[in-house]
Amino acid sequence: MSFLSPAEWQAVALSLRVSLWATALALPLAIGVALALARGHFPGKQLLNGLVHLPLILPPVVTGYLLLLTFGRRAPLGGWLYDTFGLVLAFRWTGAALAAGIMGFPLMVRAIRLAIEAVDPKLEQAAATLGASRAWVFATITLPLILPGIIAGAVLGFAKAMGEFGATITFVSNIPGQTQTLPSAIYALLQVPGAETSALKLVALSVTLAMGALLLSELLARRAAKRVSGA
Amino acid sequence: MSLRVQITHRFDSFTLNAAFDAPAGVTALFGASGSGKTTVVNAVAGLIKPDQARISLNDQMLCDSATRLWLPPHKRRLGYVFQEARLFPHLSVQQNLRYGRWFAGLRGDSAEETRLITLLGLGPLLARRPGALSGGEKQRVAIGRALLSAPELLLMDEPLAALDEARKAEILPYLERLRDETQIPILYVSHAMAEVARLATTVVVLSDGKVLRAGPVQNILSDPGIAPTIGLREAGAVLLAQVVTHHPDGLSELSAAGGRLFLPEVTAQPGRTLRVRILAQDVILSRTRPDGLSALNILPGTVSMIHAGDGPGVLVQLQTGDAQILARITQRSAQALELSEGKPCYAIIKSVSVAQDNVGRGA
Repeated sequence: MSFLSPAEWQAVALSLRVSLWATALALPLAIGVALALARGHFPGKQLLNGLVHLPLILPPVVTGYLLLLTFGRRAPLGGWLYDTFGLVLAFRWTGAALAAGIMGFPLMVRAIRLAIEAVDPKLEQAAATLGASRAWVFATITLPLILPGIIAGAVLGFAKAMGEFGATITFVSNIPGQTQTLPSAIYALLQVPGAETSALKLVALSVTLAMGALLLSELLARRAAKRVSGA
Repeated sequence: MSLRVQITHRFDSFTLNAAFDAPAGVTALFGASGSGKTTVVNAVAGLIKPDQARISLNDQMLCDSATRLWLPPHKRRLGYVFQEARLFPHLSVQQNLRYGRWFAGLRGDSAEETRLITLLGLGPLLARRPGALSGGEKQRVAIGRALLSAPELLLMDEPLAALDEARKAEILPYLERLRDETQIPILYVSHAMAEVARLATTVVVLSDGKVLRAGPVQNILSDPGIAPTIGLREAGAVLLAQVVTHHPDGLSELSAAGGRLFLPEVTAQPGRTLRVRILAQDVILSRTRPDGLSALNILPGTVSMIHAGDGPGVLVQLQTGDAQILARITQRSAQALELSEGKPCYAIIKSVSVAQDNVGRGA
């Protein structure tokens, strides 16, 4: 693409890859946690709720530092991951995906939880009397009915991942070609005199991607909602 | 085919303590709101766990507190029609109908499906979404969906309560056909005596969490003792009568146990058996066969029970043929006529007092 230089294109592609992975991996977990929070009765529910929302209220730099303390090469969990799976997170794009996923997680859970709470449990009861076990009730009734919420949550999470900066730069730094995502690239360009044109291009791209994602999600969610409303 | 229920469940304000058997046919669970009807049905369906219960269907235990047995709802093989249709909004009518069928391991397109779709008049609705259906249509789909899962028992919790009178009149004939043309026993919860009189073969009257009366519909509805529970205006016996002929003046002649009945034209072929609900307040009693009277229906009988309440009226049960009629008259009249058990008496019923709604298919 002639609009972008190879270095700029690299940042965009990395951001997309990081955000897609972050969304894809966080989504099933977010559905599970949203279900537990919406329907579950267990000790420590409020604690889980607080933990999920923590990245939303903590300064991102704190989240990034905590990630470094937990998943760094010499940290207990990071060391174990490296020894067992050869997986390195700190200062790699995988770490950027982890940071982006964690930062977007509360947004996903909130959207999905709202959708679950809007599902009439009476429909699930009816499905049970028709012979569906709990797993089948979830797969055939609950899941299709909360699909608009899942889409909304996924897009919110994706958008958050695309824009994540503080935790990412703290955890994985700002290495061009490795961990330099779109926001990090814009930040880096703004530090260089005379690079405003380049920065503006990326800013414009950022805005376009965000708007595009939003429109797409609106479209998908509206379609799903129409299906679900039964009209 | 029979359902045996024994439940104890403590609520904040009262304790439900009920035991009854529901044989084949329609067993109506009748009682005022808050008498525990829905709790009973939900316990049978497995949607709630009562404090103590022992429920069996045919030879299978559904739950037994003594052995801590509790089958989850999806293993009970019951069909449940709720007050609100509870159709799945994201599925078409056809997919809704086949939902339970799939879990029962049955084929979707079958003779049984075709038969029920015809019986319930669902053909034109199959491709549509539940959101676009009227209340009556939704409820018919819900009934079809429950039946197509091939249940061993059908539970219906006030399936008509959310519908207006026109929709009720639309669905009642389907329910009558269901009762007469399928072998599945039905437990039918209602607080509307008109529905019970039309549909029930067995009636269980619940009052304050206890079973007040239980037995065949003719015996229970002609029992003066349940009048306080069902309301004096709703008290009335159900007679089985066979259509003899339709007269050109717009009257239909029926043959009941106690004699001939003339009713405003009914839509049934001669030979068909109908059930006719005769409200106690529409019956006049006379010690002698009246003469020069406009009322056409005069049934001879003998007084079999007199029930006086707190008010100025009494309920008189009259044995006519092998059936009973209930009459509500004043105490003053009862004394003037010197009514007592065993006395011969005539029941007089105005033809036009029997509304179309109170005439339904027999059985």
